Amino acid sequence: MMNRIKWIVGTSAFTIASGAGAAGTGVQAEPDWTLPIHDNQVFGQVLFDRLEYQRDGNNELALWDAQAWIGKDRNRLWVETEGETDLSSDSGDIENFDVQYSYRLDRFWDIQTGLGAQTTFGPSPNKERYSAIVGLQGLAPYWFEVDTNFRVTDDGDVSYDLEAEYDWLLTQRLILQGRGETLVAFSDVEEWGVGSGINNVGLGLRLRYQFSREFAPYVGVSYTRFLGNTKDLREREGEDVESSSFVAGVRWWF
Amino acid sequence: MSMKDRSTGLSRRRLIQGAAAMGFLASYDSLLPAFARGKLDNSNVYHTLRDGADIYDMTIARTPLSIGSKLSEQPITINGTLPAPLVRLKQGREAIMRVTNTLPEATSIHWHGLILPYQMDGVPGVSFPGIMPGETFEYRFPVEQHGTYWYHSHSGLQEQLGHYGPIIIDPAEPEPVSYDREYVVVLSDWTFDSPSDVFRNLKVAEGYYNYNQRTVGDFFKDVETMGWDAAWSKAGMWGRMRMSPRDILDVTGSEYTYLMNGSPSASNWTGLFRPGEKVRLRFINASAMTFFDVRIPGLPMTVISADGQPVQPVETDEFRIGVAETYDVIVQPTDTAHTVFAQSQDRSGYVRGTLATRKGIEAPVPPMYPRTERGMAAMGMGAMSMGTMGKDGDMNMDDGMDMGGKMAMMSGNNDKAHGQMMMDDASSGMSKMSSDKATMNEVPTAGRPISHGPDNHGPGAAMVASSPQSRLDDPGVGFETANHRVLTYSQLQSIDGWPDERPAEREVELHLTGNMERYMWSFDGKKFSEVDGPVKFYHGERLRLILVNDSMMDHPIHLHGMWMEMETGAGEYRPRKHTISVKPGERVSALITADAPGDWAFHCHLLYHMDAGMFRVVSVV
Repeated sequence: MMNRIKWIVGTSAFTIASGAGAAGTGVQAEPDWTLPIHDNQVFGQVLFDRLEYQRDGNNELALWDAQAWIGKDRNRLWVETEGETDLSSDSGDIENFDVQYSYRLDRFWDIQTGLGAQTTFGPSPNKERYSAIVGLQGLAPYWFEVDTNFRVTDDGDVSYDLEAEYDWLLTQRLILQGRGETLVAFSDVEEWGVGSGINNVGLGLRLRYQFSREFAPYVGVSYTRFLGNTKDLREREGEDVESSSFVAGVRWWF
Repeated sequence: MSMKDRSTGLSRRRLIQGAAAMGFLASYDSLLPAFARGKLDNSNVYHTLRDGADIYDMTIARTPLSIGSKLSEQPITINGTLPAPLVRLKQGREAIMRVTNTLPEATSIHWHGLILPYQMDGVPGVSFPGIMPGETFEYRFPVEQHGTYWYHSHSGLQEQLGHYGPIIIDPAEPEPVSYDREYVVVLSDWTFDSPSDVFRNLKVAEGYYNYNQRTVGDFFKDVETMGWDAAWSKAGMWGRMRMSPRDILDVTGSEYTYLMNGSPSASNWTGLFRPGEKVRLRFINASAMTFFDVRIPGLPMTVISADGQPVQPVETDEFRIGVAETYDVIVQPTDTAHTVFAQSQDRSGYVRGTLATRKGIEAPVPPMYPRTERGMAAMGMGAMSMGTMGKDGDMNMDDGMDMGGKMAMMSGNNDKAHGQMMMDDASSGMSKMSSDKATMNEVPTAGRPISHGPDNHGPGAAMVASSPQSRLDDPGVGFETANHRVLTYSQLQSIDGWPDERPAEREVELHLTGNMERYMWSFDGKKFSEVDGPVKFYHGERLRLILVNDSMMDHPIHLHGMWMEMETGAGEYRPRKHTISVKPGERVSALITADAPGDWAFHCHLLYHMDAGMFRVVSVV
């Protein structure tokens, strides 16, 4: 697993290096003089969009949804990961660990491409699969934060996912965030509990208070419903096809 | 630089504690420059007059200082003070400035607004290599002009930390203005955080310092004043553009402590006068990022010069001063105390000082104006024909919205009556807006169509103004409903014509572009690091510089080395400026005589915009 991730990181870093050569040179008056300004610096950020506890009846989950990037204005290396663990059984899954090269294609949109890993962990036999990703991340009209990807796994299974978030500012610091996500698969992958067609729809409302821009604890509710073949599959396996949870967590970046 | 800071931070802190314990830290007031204490003459240890030359010895250092009641180890001082000391020169004499750098990093001094040989302009990487640690650099230049100017670091983000000071140049011939007393009023913005952290916050988190964003409540207030449909379409329009009408200043009072001559409001900088005296106030906006709205409640001000250049006296109640601009005003106090009130353009904070007949008395401090937001003109759509709106999609209104009735609401700016007038008959409202004052017709570029490249400047520009207009008689955002006099550029007229009466032989057009989401700022969508060469002026030519603001922010654009004669409709009495504030959606033009061979910096004087790429080199060849 670690080796695979290293390989993903390495490949993406190479992609960045080869893509980043496009920057101009500015104007340097004399070769040994400094540049008058430094507008081509590398910045980075780590954001835990959701670091949360979920409770649905007696089921308790811990969930993370984080992203990190490093790079310049137009070329960035992105890492995104999302996953959850069942607090009673200590089993869970890393839904995705994606390492992508991100290029600012348009004023509000990045095209992202890279590789992702998906694994399960815990007492039962673990599995993993890898996928190639291409997607868009950006700010849609009306201030929707959107992240959407096509994935092709190493077994050739294709899926499409879409996440959107919207912030309602109740005050300058109290913010209600609406969140929606869905996943569409183009083939059945029973091993991963995936049926072809729309897999699920998830909706959430989270009310956060920004003590600072960086640190904002929240409470909220989350609702997920599985649909179509995926729902049938889950019913056969005796798993829930619908869940409503109370959530509490923190949004935190540095 | 920041690494070094960190490594020496501990020892410096210890030093401060030690110094404080031993009572070495001088009292706050004595660490202010002499000019802030009303001493504006040249009788000080660092100035000498020899062989017809004013010689200044200036030492740049880090000096722990109290800003208000809070100690900071950050200040970069010159001869120990923040702001740096007054430099007082004389037109016709030579100036010799010996600048010693005791910082662990390179530094520089740029003499803002002074016409001098390019090697003396003080921009590292353009005019010289910078002043290295431990080095003394000697600037030497003839002083050709007179008026109020200033100087500051042009290295990195040092200017944010106090590396700025005023310049007064006394005229060779007496000026046709009379006053009994004068003060310099240096306005600035101070942060206790590291400027590189401020820059990073702007880079990674859009709106980091803006605590006046639109809320759900603001939407319902709009519903109340303009009705559901209008409120909805207003929200929709900004939403489609992904722009905030509340984005007025990038760094606000939530971060900054505003200073007047180095003093925050609580310390109340005070200038004394005797009853009946006329006082000349030389305002300098030495901020990194803050436009100020300046007034002295109850006291009219007569503006007598702008950017150091004399203008025909114009009386006003308030003026907006862009970053790096200067205004000289004359006031005649009528009371024993008057508040000098400078609020940030976004009304997130202010600094006040006092003009008083004796120390310790003060006048009421007025409340800040209510917060405001940008209207339609900011989008560069002020006078456009409705027909072209949906088609070109410049404003990202790809869905071809119904502009006719809806655009008008954007101009309301919380002004109920105005907004409703516009709503009732949108088309007549629009034509009213487009008919600027008659004088505006003299502006040569007025009414000229604008063209953008096919790519609309690329990802570096989040928007383009599809129909920019002359807004010279518009005092700017937040003054829509003002019922007092607010200075505008159209009121500035020079006293004499300028020597070069030639019409422009050539035009150079540059667009001011930005993308808030990534905090990318540029000209024509290209950051400094993305351009392959300088903007070329040809030596001796007369040219017209046209600036079109394609962004949602005001930008103070500064050209080094040459005057910009603003085409305001004043004919031959064009006001001459070193820094022109361009409002969102505005087009301005200026005539320039390219008489200064060499390489010159040309940039937005908002410090973090400049450092984000809004910078070019102008090469006069």
